[in-house]
Amino acid sequence: MSLPANAQLALEAFGACPGWEQRARLLMQWGERLEPLDDDERQPSNQVHGCESLVWLVADPQAGHWHFRATSEARLLRGLLAVLLARVDGLATSELQTLDLADWFNQLGLSRQLSPSRSNGLNAVLQRMRELAAGA
Amino acid sequence: MPIHSPWRADFPGIQALEAEGQTYLDSAATAQKPQAVLDALLGYYANGAANVHRAQHLPGERATRAFEDTRAKAARWLNAPSAQQIVFTHGATEAFNLLAYGLEHSFLPGDEIVISALEHHANLLPWQQLALRRQLRLVVLPLDAAGLIDLQHAAQLIGPRCRLLAVSQLSNVLGCWQPLPGLLALARAQGAVTVVDGAQGIVHGRHDMAALDCDFYVASSHKLYGPDGVGLLYAGAAAMQRVRHWQFGGEMVRTADYHSAEFNAAPLGFEAGTPPVSGVIAFGAALDYLASLDASRIEAHEAALHAQLLAGLSAREGIRLLGAPQVALASFVAEGVHNADLAHLLSEQGVAVRAGHHCAMPLMKGLGLSGAIRVSLGLYNDGDDLARFFTALDKALELLR
Repeated sequence: MSLPANAQLALEAFGACPGWEQRARLLMQWGERLEPLDDDERQPSNQVHGCESLVWLVADPQAGHWHFRATSEARLLRGLLAVLLARVDGLATSELQTLDLADWFNQLGLSRQLSPSRSNGLNAVLQRMRELAAGA
Repeated sequence: MPIHSPWRADFPGIQALEAEGQTYLDSAATAQKPQAVLDALLGYYANGAANVHRAQHLPGERATRAFEDTRAKAARWLNAPSAQQIVFTHGATEAFNLLAYGLEHSFLPGDEIVISALEHHANLLPWQQLALRRQLRLVVLPLDAAGLIDLQHAAQLIGPRCRLLAVSQLSNVLGCWQPLPGLLALARAQGAVTVVDGAQGIVHGRHDMAALDCDFYVASSHKLYGPDGVGLLYAGAAAMQRVRHWQFGGEMVRTADYHSAEFNAAPLGFEAGTPPVSGVIAFGAALDYLASLDASRIEAHEAALHAQLLAGLSAREGIRLLGAPQVALASFVAEGVHNADLAHLLSEQGVAVRAGHHCAMPLMKGLGLSGAIRVSLGLYNDGDDLARFFTALDKALELLR
């Protein structure tokens, strides 16, 4: 399975990152590139629970392939959402259900961001994506 | 003058974390343990574990003696008249739940339970749920600008229907001592039961139960340099007689038949099942260790560290403190920066502080904040810890602004 183009870009950028500062800068840059959500999309029903920072997630299935948009009030989390969305973009439901996201974040050098003690909500976002996909 | 902690060497955990590049400034969540506590835990298991209060054999006798010794030590630590006034639970949260269930029978619909706006969820939710079960009114005392429970408002709000007052001694978010004597007097004047959340307060200074004169005082071992899984409930002389048994099982029962049973009085009647034996014994070791130290030196050390923490925060632009912290901790937000971003970058730099709502969501909402960063201190922290924190803070703010 080949990576979506954006995911390939993320892998190259983060893979070349020598330290936490550069990684943080890169995350913030990626966060800036998130597709916007309208004001009326930032409503409680699109909010992902389990995040200490507010996160909104919207699913736009397109011909059997998933496309998500998401944002957060926290900048670094927006970056993490961006690299997550880059990886899942265009996947079919079955691919989404079986995707090893821990491995993806590991490849980017961001595995700590997925640890269960993290309250940044990334795990909750993954969970919500799978629920949306399962319910479709 | 660099601030040095003469007790740091007694805590293997803080040294191990330092060797790993971690600066631990989250002691208000849980404290590192002195070697004496590790020795006691290992000693209990290595020399032969046994259950307490029910065996005639030597190991059981030894475990029971050590377990009950901790009860006596805890009573001495709090200047409680009798060791029988100390009940061990599995944590402070369980102690609050014990009270909320054990006292449930004494409330009538329309009665009032009074808490404050700064309570930790552990001293809020058991009362909130009790109020919902029994159609009681939960009254919330407001705070003044410094983060203290406002006594003037309290005098208005603690009325004749108040049956119970439950307030924190030292806020886990705002770090200020609450005006307990005034509050407890208001509650006593209405004949209300008084509960003090000492989870943070017990860690800083010695508190005299006889002088405090509350009905119940709740704390946990793990914040007081002891093991986790152990909570402590002090009950005033007659207070425990109002509390009904709430968890049922072994050890708390005096005689049992298939269809009826009689139960032990406190403390054993409220310690159903096997208690955290090793934890209680090692908690005794923590109390011994602390009792061996010079309390005034610890107080001076903590005050100096705290002053340095506040000075450093106030020297930085756009940092807003929550309340006016007096001891142990400081919570803050940075203007224009989300606390989750700051927490992320502090953690990237090996600084262990707490971020978020600190188990006090309503308080945060009241302050108009989605969260804050909390730096909290233990007696093992030193000036270098703070220096590392400030370096990391500056770097994080530079990146984020």
